[in-house]
Amino acid sequence: MFNAAWCLIQRDLQIAWRRRGGVLLTLCFFVLIALLFPLGIGPEARVLRLIGPGIIWVSALLASLLALPHLFATDYQDGSLEHLLLAPQPLAWLALSKIIAHWLITGLPLVLVAPILGLQYTLSDAGLWTLIAALLLGTPILSLFGAIGAALTLGLRSGGTLLALLVLPLYVPVLIFGAGAVEATNSGLGGQAHLSLLGGLLILALLGTPLATAAALRLAVE
Amino acid sequence: MSASADPALQVRKLRYYRGERQLIHDLSFTLTAGHWIHIRGSNGSGKTTLLRLLAGLLPAESGQILWQAQNIQGQYSIYQQALCYLGHTNGLKDELTPVEQLAWTAALRGTPINPAKAHQLLAHFGLSRQADLPCQDLSQGQKRRVALARLGYTQAALWLLDEPFNALDDTACQQLERQLEQHLAQGGLLILSSHQAINLSGAPPQMIHLSSSPDDHITPDHV
Repeated sequence: MFNAAWCLIQRDLQIAWRRRGGVLLTLCFFVLIALLFPLGIGPEARVLRLIGPGIIWVSALLASLLALPHLFATDYQDGSLEHLLLAPQPLAWLALSKIIAHWLITGLPLVLVAPILGLQYTLSDAGLWTLIAALLLGTPILSLFGAIGAALTLGLRSGGTLLALLVLPLYVPVLIFGAGAVEATNSGLGGQAHLSLLGGLLILALLGTPLATAAALRLAVE
Repeated sequence: MSASADPALQVRKLRYYRGERQLIHDLSFTLTAGHWIHIRGSNGSGKTTLLRLLAGLLPAESGQILWQAQNIQGQYSIYQQALCYLGHTNGLKDELTPVEQLAWTAALRGTPINPAKAHQLLAHFGLSRQADLPCQDLSQGQKRRVALARLGYTQAALWLLDEPFNALDDTACQQLERQLEQHLAQGGLLILSSHQAINLSGAPPQMIHLSSSPDDHITPDHV
């Protein structure tokens, strides 16, 4: 069972590597959005430090949304999804493997780039570390919740827009706690409480969303 | 591929609607080891739908599918192990080479194969030169052959093949026919859809004619 999951993750990483333009696109989108705000708002350090966490998180949300339709779409079109459905492993387990691969491809690069963007918003060292921790906990939740939406909108003509409408409300708690953690650290309160809540949310998402995604995938191929 | 006394695959009064239209009407048949079924019908008559129903990818309106006398609903994972389904899409990733493709589908089925074995299976279908090219560079027929190369390592007893002869040239068709004959000779079961007449040595097939007009009923008849 672990073998099959590992194979699936390996396969998806291999495909992403051979199509790395698409991966870079998401990352560039994330960086660009976060770069645009200081240009529009001006170089006032106090203001930038105040709005920085929120803007980085919203950028991450949008970038993650941009990458979501690709999660199952190609597998659906070329028929690989049927292989997954007919595999002896539980579909939820395979869906989770695909989500993990998707996070490694689209989520992890965001986490790695975010500190550089944080510097631009003059975040303190403690603030930067909290940002990294919050993104490490939060971006997998985005992938997990997003997977349900991606599976539900498979094969629909205006799937992309519907996906945004479905998924963005689910992203709200992640945004609140994620940006809140960095703000709390900046104001000297400490972000542990927010991070704990994010951690709790991640565990909840890990337990629940693969099952929901699997059910949505079964509906999609019918 | 056990020689149990139970008929291996039994379908009872299978019924399926698409919208208002009854696509599959009370279809019943029994398939035993070493035998095969040829599904024929015009375009849009439900051949693919029937194969997907049998694979468990679609839920039937009513009726039962029994595998080794057990309803597949209750023991779907056992049925899946015994099943090899080839849809009308090939299930190939454009970015992967045929060798990688075979390796990962085999690993997914829990029967890992090494690259040498994958090369051998592909050479069997005349793809030795294309084995390390990305699938997107292959022609339609070559892609079909990569998908069919899966039949070389599967240990499944029941093969469900949707238009397996599509896009294949004469040599590949004969190759596939030999492989199907071998599978049947080893006591395997086979259900395929095709527009062509297919002559396999051994037992003649049961024919299922699907009709696209709603008045005609589906009549499985034994040839």
